[in-house]
Amino acid sequence: MSEGVTIEVVIAEVAGLARADLERWLALEWVRPARAGGGWRFHGIDIARVRLIHELASDLLVDEEAMPVVLSLLDQLYDARRRMRALAEAIAAAPEGPRRAVLECIAAAQEPPNQL
Amino acid sequence: MKDPYDVLGVARDAGQDEIRRAYRRLAKDHHPDLNPGNAAAEARFKDVSAAYHLLSDADQRARFDRGEIDAEGQERARHGTWRDYAETGEGARYGGGGGAWTTDDLEAMFGSMFGGGGRRGGPGRGQDRHYSMTIGFVEAVAGGTRRLSLPDGGTLDVRIPPGTEDGQMLRLRGKGGVGWNGGPAGDALIRVSVTPHRFFTREGQDIRLDLPVTLAEAVLGGQVEVPTPGGAVRMRVPAGSDSGTVLRLRGRGVAAHGTAAAGDLYATLRVVIGKADPALEAFLRGWTPEETPDPRAGMTETEVPS
Repeated sequence: MSEGVTIEVVIAEVAGLARADLERWLALEWVRPARAGGGWRFHGIDIARVRLIHELASDLLVDEEAMPVVLSLLDQLYDARRRMRALAEAIAAAPEGPRRAVLECIAAAQEPPNQL
Repeated sequence: MKDPYDVLGVARDAGQDEIRRAYRRLAKDHHPDLNPGNAAAEARFKDVSAAYHLLSDADQRARFDRGEIDAEGQERARHGTWRDYAETGEGARYGGGGGAWTTDDLEAMFGSMFGGGGRRGGPGRGQDRHYSMTIGFVEAVAGGTRRLSLPDGGTLDVRIPPGTEDGQMLRLRGKGGVGWNGGPAGDALIRVSVTPHRFFTREGQDIRLDLPVTLAEAVLGGQVEVPTPGGAVRMRVPAGSDSGTVLRLRGRGVAAHGTAAAGDLYATLRVVIGKADPALEAFLRGWTPEETPDPRAGMTETEVPS
């Protein structure tokens, strides 16, 4: 992984982002970049999160009271999606027999019960 | 190319406030980080976003209205978005505290995926917790107890019944997840792996081992010490035994448990000559057996006849 960039680079890169806002988000730990040499080091994921919070705040008008709730729900959503993806990959990597059995179980669970 | 006014659903003379309100309303519905995996939302948001960025800039909007530029080319450079990162392993850095998979997650996921008991209304039984542990061969045969350290910091005392087999599932009732709405707790299910032994093997209730004996012990017979899972015992090797002779020690296999009677221990003798001393060599040179049967007689076919 690269060294990461400083807070100045992030502010320059994200249009309309005020330094005071970003510093408050850091203090609230909504963004948690690495630290090095007494300063922050933002990696791609941190900048993407800054951009997300910035859009939530300025475009979607999520205020600072609601922001932790929104971020927490989003983080849980992406946790679930990461796990779902890991599960899907594990199923995809399983040998033919068990994989087919699992997929059939999933399909069967989604079908309406047979009418007799 | 789509008309930005149509995309935002605003009139051509709409004011900046109206445009901003329209954008925010659409962004709330279609922001792709809020709709991961929804390609339609992503495509829609792209249009909405491009339209807003064109119309929110008075200069760009005027040029568009005059027909100097079209709605294309206004799309911002695509940055690494949140959803690009959040679904990779890296995203776990900002995870909701869930961390790695737990058995609860799997239970819950499979429970809901496969129509198992979801948490709907009324009392419900707690989830079963799955664990695994590895025990030694002798421990499995004789039984015992083990204290398992659980991932949550707790401990679980597991009684290993005599005769436990490799792959067997032990169920500790009520030691799983707590029930909800007054329901009973789930069970702890422990899959047991049994490590192979250096010289014992198991066949159901019986135990087998290869027992090395000397030439003299085989030919002349005598008392030898035989290891068993319950400790060494003495056994008489009858005179005239040979490599391959199987001797049985009754009741020295797996201890009786449940409805299964105690098994036996079968010792297959293996004559070990070792380094022959000069006296044995001298004896064999001067020895003419009364009979000289060919021990390899009959070993002619190269393939087992079908």
